[in-house]
Amino acid sequence: MFKNSQTQFGLISVSLHWLVALTVFGLFAVGWWMVDLSYYSQWYRTAPHWHKSVGILLGMVMLFRLFWRVISPPPGPLTTHKRWERKTATAVQILLYLLIFILVLSGYLISTEDGRPITVFDWFDVPALGALFNKQADIAGLIHEYVAYSVIILAVLHGLAALKHHFIDKDNTLKRMFGRKP
Amino acid sequence: MKKLLLAASMAAMMAVPAQAADYVIDTQGAHAFVQFKISHLGYSWLYGRFNTFSGDFSYDADKLEASKIQLTIDTNSVDSNHAERDKHLRSGDFLNVSKHPKATFVSTKIVPKAGDTFDLHGNLTLNGVTKEVVIAAEKLGEGKDPWGGYRAGFAGTTTLTLKDFAINTDLGPASATVQLDLTVEGIRK
Repeated sequence: MFKNSQTQFGLISVSLHWLVALTVFGLFAVGWWMVDLSYYSQWYRTAPHWHKSVGILLGMVMLFRLFWRVISPPPGPLTTHKRWERKTATAVQILLYLLIFILVLSGYLISTEDGRPITVFDWFDVPALGALFNKQADIAGLIHEYVAYSVIILAVLHGLAALKHHFIDKDNTLKRMFGRKP
Repeated sequence: MKKLLLAASMAAMMAVPAQAADYVIDTQGAHAFVQFKISHLGYSWLYGRFNTFSGDFSYDADKLEASKIQLTIDTNSVDSNHAERDKHLRSGDFLNVSKHPKATFVSTKIVPKAGDTFDLHGNLTLNGVTKEVVIAAEKLGEGKDPWGGYRAGFAGTTTLTLKDFAINTDLGPASATVQLDLTVEGIRK
């Protein structure tokens, strides 16, 4: 039930998938909104604090996802999927993993250039490594922005592809991501 | 004999009374500071500085009004001891450093006042806007340094209204102005 089988996604993989999906879109929305807050907004301090806290937790969840893929590999693609569909889907998934890690890392580098740690919801501190390269906050900030847009575009394509399988091909690709048997 | 001549001529040179001399601001040894302070919420001060700048001045103790100074500041070097805030200060919300990487001050007029104080008039270009400002300045001291050079030091302060320099981000009513504090030590060229 918790682990993936040859044909079915287990509860852990399904939960992780939708948790990360929700978090990524939530973080994007908050990030997009918070950079234009005025100084006297009551969210001026809270929104970035939550954004950073959730971002660090997302990074930890993503590490666990990688670990879980090793412990319990996901089922293979449906046999009805065409060759190019499999290749594209795999490429997009690898890219999403990679870009989310870059997103977390670049966010971390913005906030820690001056040696201040990132406090995650007042639960614990992620220590800073200080300035690792010149203009770190500016460069990391630009990377963070562009990679965030890329992740959202890719995630939307990934979702549209799932809808295409569901409504046009009428196969079980999307249902399987909710834990259904194929 | 040669040595004696050399010594005599050097003594003669040193005996020449002070006259207009050119100085380079000692940024090499970091004996010059471009700092600012701005009210935070009306409750406290926030201090910052520009780490990279250069400039020179000519100075004549007997003819102060003939003195001149010019200063070029690298706005990228703004430092308020907080990387995230400095990133924000460099952005279009404040200093717009990618578009305006330099701020300059060029003196136009000096009006001597009581004692060692004087008003230093000049054009300040900041965020692409040039405006005449008056810096309330003071000579701190001058004389030989222990390493064979000759130095003169000045301090000056002026208050800028952020909106005058097209910095329109609202930091609250108490933070509409910023105080600029300059301390420059020049080494005679």
